[in-house]
Amino acid sequence: MSKVVIIDYGAGNVKSVKFACERLGLNAELSNDPEVIKSADKLIFPGQGEASSSMRDLKANNLIDVIKEAKQPFLGICLGMQMMCNYMQEGNTDGLGIFPLSVDLFEGNEVKVPHMGWNQIEGLKTPLMEGLKENEHVYFVHSYFVPASEWTIAKANYPEAFSAALHKDNFYGCQFHPEKSGLAGQKILENFIKM
Amino acid sequence: MLTKRIVPCLDIKDGRTVKGVNFVNLRDAGDPVELAAAYSEQGADELVFLDITATGDGRKTTADLVERVAEKVNIPFTVGGGIKSVEDVYTLLHRGADKISINSWAVKEPKVLEELATQFGSQCVVLAVDAKQIDGKWKVHLVGGKVPTEIDLFDWVKEAENKGAGEILFTSMDHDGSKNGFANEALAKISDMVNIPVIASGGAGSMQDFADTFKEGKADAALAASVFHFKEIEIPKLKQELKDQGIAIRI
Repeated sequence: MSKVVIIDYGAGNVKSVKFACERLGLNAELSNDPEVIKSADKLIFPGQGEASSSMRDLKANNLIDVIKEAKQPFLGICLGMQMMCNYMQEGNTDGLGIFPLSVDLFEGNEVKVPHMGWNQIEGLKTPLMEGLKENEHVYFVHSYFVPASEWTIAKANYPEAFSAALHKDNFYGCQFHPEKSGLAGQKILENFIKM
Repeated sequence: MLTKRIVPCLDIKDGRTVKGVNFVNLRDAGDPVELAAAYSEQGADELVFLDITATGDGRKTTADLVERVAEKVNIPFTVGGGIKSVEDVYTLLHRGADKISINSWAVKEPKVLEELATQFGSQCVVLAVDAKQIDGKWKVHLVGGKVPTEIDLFDWVKEAENKGAGEILFTSMDHDGSKNGFANEALAKISDMVNIPVIASGGAGSMQDFADTFKEGKADAALAASVFHFKEIEIPKLKQELKDQGIAIRI
């Protein structure tokens, strides 16, 4: 069985990701140790909270280069995905630069912020979205978003289209929470773990 | 499209559900974990656990319960009731709660909203507010609605948003238990005033009450307890009805 490591750098609610792996019969390990992380077959990078302090936590754990140089399948979740981008408006923060994209605040009176709840995803691309129906519902909680781009493998609308998921080489990101998205989310995690 | 949320609420005491629950097919209807899993399977979008435990030992049981729920249930859930310190919040989030809700604590020390938002992010900070009308004015009440204050409901939710609350859970004491529908006028006013999601609570009696609170009350989510626990309303039927009425719903 492949060794899945959840990168634990102090972000909240990493346990939910671990429990979601357990529901798939997989005992994922939580770690902030660069050597353990390098030795993993798959890496999951959760995120919750504020961008600049989370980047500081990554730095403090000496994980910046470890993540950038990862060769194994890598899945960033929520703020984890946002941190994989070049730049985050939140806290005027430089990200990891894996995706050459900026992360912007939802603005205007048209929509409430945070974007919280179950929204539909479309334009789904494999392998991460294998077996999911177009317009499947998944659970989002976020105030900042990554615009749609050539790396987008799932889009959602709020009110404009934005990236619900990203893919480049071995790197994947989900803006929504697969670990909280019922059976659809479980399928996405399963797809990732099988890579 | 972002969908409206249906949110069953479970009252918890010493790690057990409190109110009688009329669920067949459950080995133990008093076990919040089983009940939560059943609601999740029926299509609940989110769950709220309201801890009415008074003792310190009981609160530890609640933290254990939170972890057991997080293990089993793959939809988001909020834990509220009696949270009084940043440490309480940390414990609940760390054990697997997605959001916490605070009520009296925030009224007594509004600055905790800022503290919690900075430390954990607004997205996990729900402001619960109980209110009822006194001489035509909505006043915030404390201690489960028993103790009135002079605080105006609308001033308070606006202040809470400014301080960092990520969501408002508004319970109308005038409507709670009445089964005559939610406080849609006040809800719509709150929803127009703030730019964060609003959960309607208190008054659910029929499927139409839910439709009305989404349409007239402009609520983003609707919470109910007994109508779900006693199967007066079944979630799959409710969601189909709402969808048939043109409301954005996850089915």
